[in-house]
Amino acid sequence: MKPVFLASALLATVLTGAAIAQSGAPIKLANVAELSGGGATVGTNWKNGIDLAIEEINSKGGVLGRKLEVTHADSQSNPGVARAQVQKALDAEPYVLLGPGYSGSVKVTAPLAAEAGIAQIMGGEAAELTTAGNKFLFRTSFGQQSSMPKVAKYINDDLKAKSVAIVWVNNDFGKGGRDSISKEFAKYNIKVAADLSTEAGQADFAADVSKIKAAAPDAVFVYVNEEESARILKELKRQGVTVPLVGETTLVGQKVVELAGDAANGARGHVGLTTDAPVELVKAFRDKFVKKYNYVPDHNGLKGWLAIYMIKATTEKMGKVDSKGFADALHGFTITAAKEPGILMDATFDANGDIDRQGFLVEIVEGKQVVKQVLPKLGN
Amino acid sequence: MSNLLDLLIAGLATGAIYAIVAVGFTLLWQTSQTINFAQGEFVMLPAFLMLAVMHAGAPFWVAIVIGIALSLLLLGLGFKLLLVDPMLRHGVLPLAIATMALAIGIKEAAKQFWSAEASPFPSIIPGGDITIFGRIVALQSIGVLVLAILAVLGLTTLLNRTSIGHQMQAAAQNPTVARIVGVPVERMILLTFLINAFLVALASLLITPIYLAKFSNGEVLGQAAFIAAIVGGFNQVRGAIAGGLLIGVVDNLSAAYVSTQYRAAVPLVLLIAIILFRPQGMMGRPEERTV
Repeated sequence: MKPVFLASALLATVLTGAAIAQSGAPIKLANVAELSGGGATVGTNWKNGIDLAIEEINSKGGVLGRKLEVTHADSQSNPGVARAQVQKALDAEPYVLLGPGYSGSVKVTAPLAAEAGIAQIMGGEAAELTTAGNKFLFRTSFGQQSSMPKVAKYINDDLKAKSVAIVWVNNDFGKGGRDSISKEFAKYNIKVAADLSTEAGQADFAADVSKIKAAAPDAVFVYVNEEESARILKELKRQGVTVPLVGETTLVGQKVVELAGDAANGARGHVGLTTDAPVELVKAFRDKFVKKYNYVPDHNGLKGWLAIYMIKATTEKMGKVDSKGFADALHGFTITAAKEPGILMDATFDANGDIDRQGFLVEIVEGKQVVKQVLPKLGN
Repeated sequence: MSNLLDLLIAGLATGAIYAIVAVGFTLLWQTSQTINFAQGEFVMLPAFLMLAVMHAGAPFWVAIVIGIALSLLLLGLGFKLLLVDPMLRHGVLPLAIATMALAIGIKEAAKQFWSAEASPFPSIIPGGDITIFGRIVALQSIGVLVLAILAVLGLTTLLNRTSIGHQMQAAAQNPTVARIVGVPVERMILLTFLINAFLVALASLLITPIYLAKFSNGEVLGQAAFIAAIVGGFNQVRGAIAGGLLIGVVDNLSAAYVSTQYRAAVPLVLLIAIILFRPQGMMGRPEERTV
């Protein structure tokens, strides 16, 4: 009897110790983002937002008493590399997968995460990403199906434009945006004066702008990534194009303003997230970010930050760290800023992983984003 | 027609920068049989050197002076002494491969020590427009074109109208005979490396405000300048100039009238055609080598 008792006591001690070690072990997250290549601005902001949020959460005791820990991998802004990096990250069995930011990279990596049953919180905005029935994919910003109707309405109602030139980048993000906005323009009988496809990483936009000038549109809709946005804004100014320039977050983001300088003035766009939003929690986030990194983040910094607070709020809702149950818990979940200030603005996640939150129409005035309209959350 | 004029001016402005870089290619080839596959990265780097000086608090013009001086030191003297001289004795091919490795090294170092993100870069040419034939043309386009033409004119004057230029040509055409008649061949070769370093620094100064300072800029520029040098004639400075301008214009016209997706292919098609039908390039002279 005595040996059995001793063995049982020893086993119990070992198991308890293991349980304690398990409960105190860090929650492991994996981030795969565009840390170099054409999307470096996107990925670097996203990564910095993640690191800042994790630092803040860990300094306050972590999530359910456990620290968060993240590994960062570089997709090089290349979908092929992104897929390999995500596979490698999933092999380490993370609690949640973060990124990528480029829609094309999200498209090729989402099936891997879904197959592994790991929730993926990403930055992509292409409409098609959340329409394929993937139950593990979640957005941190609006999809094109949410933002483009607002942009088209603004061009029709406020700018009264009858013809618009569309400049888009020839990748999943750009094609999705171009298709969505074209559909919306058709509803308002707005003529597409020029339909210009450009390449990711394109450096010279002189020919594209010449074509815009020849088409003489009432407005130009620009839907390319941040660095290319800055280059085309400079070229549009260089060639004296004076019609309104309208876009989405990628046209009026902080990085674009920094790169394009004066040429960004007057650009307008719909943004789901902006550090210039008239929201106290967003302003506080901006101050923290600037203090740590010494620059003003763009919307991708906000996305990275929000991804971590989505994880915190959802895990606390479940009351346990359950990788397999995470996606179910986030579907249909409304995270309020009153209960979780880190989420900055109330956000609801639907059954497809799409997000509903308030948005903003902004214009660049003297190098700064000025919010012209606040668009309320749809589900209010 | 008016659209064509815009495209021509923009194409010539970019092409003039390609021409400056392509001239450097041909100079190095003529004097030391160096095919510098890092030439694009040589254009990318001076902008980062100037940015670093500006970040240290210096005004733009000081950054330009220091940036050019550093380019002469690193991309001229350093390149010749540390890479070309030790490798050239093993043949042209090992040297060409070494310059490929150098290109990767410079690109990754710029990414590592600066950033993978693009950075804004000021322009030495003021903003504003002027009117030409009733068309509003950006002062920047004209300024880039004028500066590039001045640089090329200065170089051709140096090569054709001065004693140093004649010695450089002699050193390039027949180094053995040049040595016999007292030309300091080694010094002339070093001078071409310094001239190339100055040209790439100038090209960097002109192109970076348009492309933004980014570690990957050299890929596009190096390829364009290499094609320009071959199309124009690898052994003729005037050929490289013509090739650069042609590639700039063809690139812009093909983006406008063919397709943006295929714009990069059109100069390559031109390159293939030149190799097939006029291997010495538009203005180059045939060269024969004994084996």
